[in-house]
Amino acid sequence: MSDPTPPLLQIHHLTKTFGGLMAVEDVSFDLTAGLILGLIGPNGAGKTTIFNMVTGFYQPTSGEIRFMEKKIGKLSPHQITQAGIARTFQTIRLFKNLTALENVMAGLHHRTRMGIWDALIRSKSQRQEESMIMTEAEYFLQVLGLAGYRNELAKNLPYGDQRKLEIARALSTRPTLLTLDEPAAGLNEHETQDLIAMIRKIRDGGITILLIEHDMKMVMDLCEQIVVVDHGRKIAQGTPEEVQKDPFVIKAYLGEEEK
Amino acid sequence: MQLIQQLINGITIGSFYALVALGYTMVYGVLKMINFAHGDLFMWGAYLGLASLTFIVGIFTNGSPWMIIPVVIIVALTVALAGVLVERVAYRPLRTAGRLAPIISALGVAFILESLARNVFGASWKTYPTGVVPTGGIQITPEVRVSTMQLSVLVVSFILMAGLYLFIQRTRTGTAMRAVSQDPGVSRLMGIDVNQIISRVFLIGPGLGGIAGLIVALYYGSFDFTLGWTFGLKAFIAAILGGIGNIPGAMIGGMLLGVIETLASGYISPQWKDVIAYVILIIILVFRPTGILGERVAEKV
Amino acid sequence: MRIAKIQASFRRYPYAWQIGLIILAILLPLPLGDYYRTVAWRTGVYIMLGLSLNIIVGYAGLFQLGHAAFYALGAYTAAIMNLKLGIPLLLTFPFSILIAAVFGYLITRPILHLRGDYLAIVTIAFGEVVRLALVNNIFGITGGANGLSGIDRPNLFGLELRQPIYHYYLMLVFLIFTIFAIRRLENSRLGRAWMYVREDEAAAEAMGIDTTRVKLMAFILGSGWAGLCGALYAAKLTVISPDLSRFLESVVMFSIVVLGGTGSIPGVVVGTLGMVTLPEMFRPLKDWRDAWMGIAMVVMMIARPEGLWPSRRVRLEIRGDQEEANPIPAANS
Repeated sequence: MSDPTPPLLQIHHLTKTFGGLMAVEDVSFDLTAGLILGLIGPNGAGKTTIFNMVTGFYQPTSGEIRFMEKKIGKLSPHQITQAGIARTFQTIRLFKNLTALENVMAGLHHRTRMGIWDALIRSKSQRQEESMIMTEAEYFLQVLGLAGYRNELAKNLPYGDQRKLEIARALSTRPTLLTLDEPAAGLNEHETQDLIAMIRKIRDGGITILLIEHDMKMVMDLCEQIVVVDHGRKIAQGTPEEVQKDPFVIKAYLGEEEK
Repeated sequence: MQLIQQLINGITIGSFYALVALGYTMVYGVLKMINFAHGDLFMWGAYLGLASLTFIVGIFTNGSPWMIIPVVIIVALTVALAGVLVERVAYRPLRTAGRLAPIISALGVAFILESLARNVFGASWKTYPTGVVPTGGIQITPEVRVSTMQLSVLVVSFILMAGLYLFIQRTRTGTAMRAVSQDPGVSRLMGIDVNQIISRVFLIGPGLGGIAGLIVALYYGSFDFTLGWTFGLKAFIAAILGGIGNIPGAMIGGMLLGVIETLASGYISPQWKDVIAYVILIIILVFRPTGILGERVAEKV
Repeated sequence: MRIAKIQASFRRYPYAWQIGLIILAILLPLPLGDYYRTVAWRTGVYIMLGLSLNIIVGYAGLFQLGHAAFYALGAYTAAIMNLKLGIPLLLTFPFSILIAAVFGYLITRPILHLRGDYLAIVTIAFGEVVRLALVNNIFGITGGANGLSGIDRPNLFGLELRQPIYHYYLMLVFLIFTIFAIRRLENSRLGRAWMYVREDEAAAEAMGIDTTRVKLMAFILGSGWAGLCGALYAAKLTVISPDLSRFLESVVMFSIVVLGGTGSIPGVVVGTLGMVTLPEMFRPLKDWRDAWMGIAMVVMMIARPEGLWPSRRVRLEIRGDQEEANPIPAANS
């Protein structure tokens, strides 16, 4: 069926070469708003490279990325976040020596404006803004169940909660598209179920989700659309049922342990 | 033809820079730190050379080129050992202490070395006894002349550099050094005693620097305690020019810098030659492609 | 920990502490002779220089080993405007700040992306370029190796500031303002942005923070402030030379920040006392002064690499593994 509104994220013929190595080759797919899309593939398939291009950490060698119809391939990471795409990292990259609250406050930076002068004179707008930042940050902590860690250093949080904190931090930038890089890595069964529920809640709140994952059970359970890449190329796209039956996918994963 | 003369002079000075640059580059290779004290170790080579040479000349009352040999050995050994000592005392304890602390410590060592030199030897200009350095030269054309000194310097430098290159490429220790430069963690797993390798690097690097100090002082005839500072900075520029951590690079970088500097001095202005060298450095570093994620391509985001 | 106790007390009675310290600073020079008043003045100037460098090194986490260049630029701007253009000295101060800030921007804009060690080298090179340009009498206005002399005394509503004690109070006004401004900045949006950039630059970028702009702000502010200190110097000594841009000066400033404790105001004060005030009081040992400074630097770094009075963050950053891990029960949402 044809949808009159264009997809939120459009990736056309995306290619990335590093020196002589072709990490991503001619990958194209679209992401409709409101969907949860999973990007899967064997190790080294190019998933994180695609991710990094979407979030501005790498520049595509060729091809086009459009977000809400605007070309974003050449933007720097902070511009991409300002445009409405937030991300988490595969290896957790929290501000380790800062508190959970301070971590989440980071996401509010680009949504606020007060500069040096206002800071010096503590103008009324500055005080209001600071208060807003605090309230917003506490809200996000609470929503993810982390309110108790408010003044705790990020590095002291248990692993599962660190992952949640990273998501809280990404959410505080108020993104339209949330990209998660292996959010379930290192989580146990129970925590993974929590995560799935949380991601669904986030999506129901109006945020589109794009995620990379290795945990197949989680992917098949959670994602509505799946894109499979192998050796830098897209080899399949579709619903979980379709993808599971795809012969190319099965071949690519042959020999890989299913979680 | 003046150009050729300039080139000869430039390569001679370049070989000095190269010898000192090797010390920086080797240390940076294994420790990823800039040994700010290296220039002062080099300067101590000049002072120690003077002291031992004066002593030896005093015994025999007349200078002679052969006296250089024991002097070179004394200087090289002393400065090399000093280098190892500095690493043990001032750098090793700070390997896990962040990025700022080793810099301060190195600067502290530089201060100590400078102050020590100034107090032990005095702040005045020192001259080397004559007769040690062979005078005379070869007149190639009416405008181009290679002095015996230059020839000796070039020969010695070349031998040292070739020797080092072979050492790095062919010996086990040399290969171990290259391994540690690439990845100390993996090297340790492969059974390499990383601490010992680092000590050896500090033996060779400063050792070469000390010899360079001796040679430079002989070449120019006189020096004072500020020798270490300017030379050190320029040699570091040479190391960066050639690619820091890269040993052949340091040699090439040194030569290149010497030539550029001499040409600049001859054709533009002697006053501004240092500025030109520094500006070149800044320009090179500005156009290095280093992005937010750093140069290490292997680092996964 | 004694320092922790002082900090706790400061937090409980901030006004009492602040007013007390200000009163102490005002009364300090009165019983002293001119020599020690000058030492007090120098201490204050270096505290300001340390604070200005602290923004760059301590907050934004950038290696700046050529900070003295901006100190010199500020001094020379004030001197040249006064000597060649006849502008009253106090009115040159804004220009000193401006010129230093502009140069701060120009030199750092192209090098911000550099990794730590390289940044350090470029800043050293810049310091030398400035010094050599001044020595070579660039544009014919800098007076060469001997510098410039005969600078006017500052004139405040008809009162000509000659004696050291007047300069001390002039400096104190600026110092109090500086500390006040920095505390405000520390707790502001920009101050937090610096922290984030320092902790993890890529993550900060991912949060939508324009890290280039944030780092530039640090450099511009820090450099401009150093320019102000240069103007104060010119005002008191009336003679300036290219030595102001010496690497040694930059190293002293850098050491003040790192030895005292990166990222904290009390740290900078302590660092200045150690690196500037103490050596001044042991002048007779001048010959060996550098050696003792060097030893102090090495020993300090081995014993306390985080500095004497670091900010919480920096202490954690460096001592991280040694902090006790508080066992936290898993959260139940």
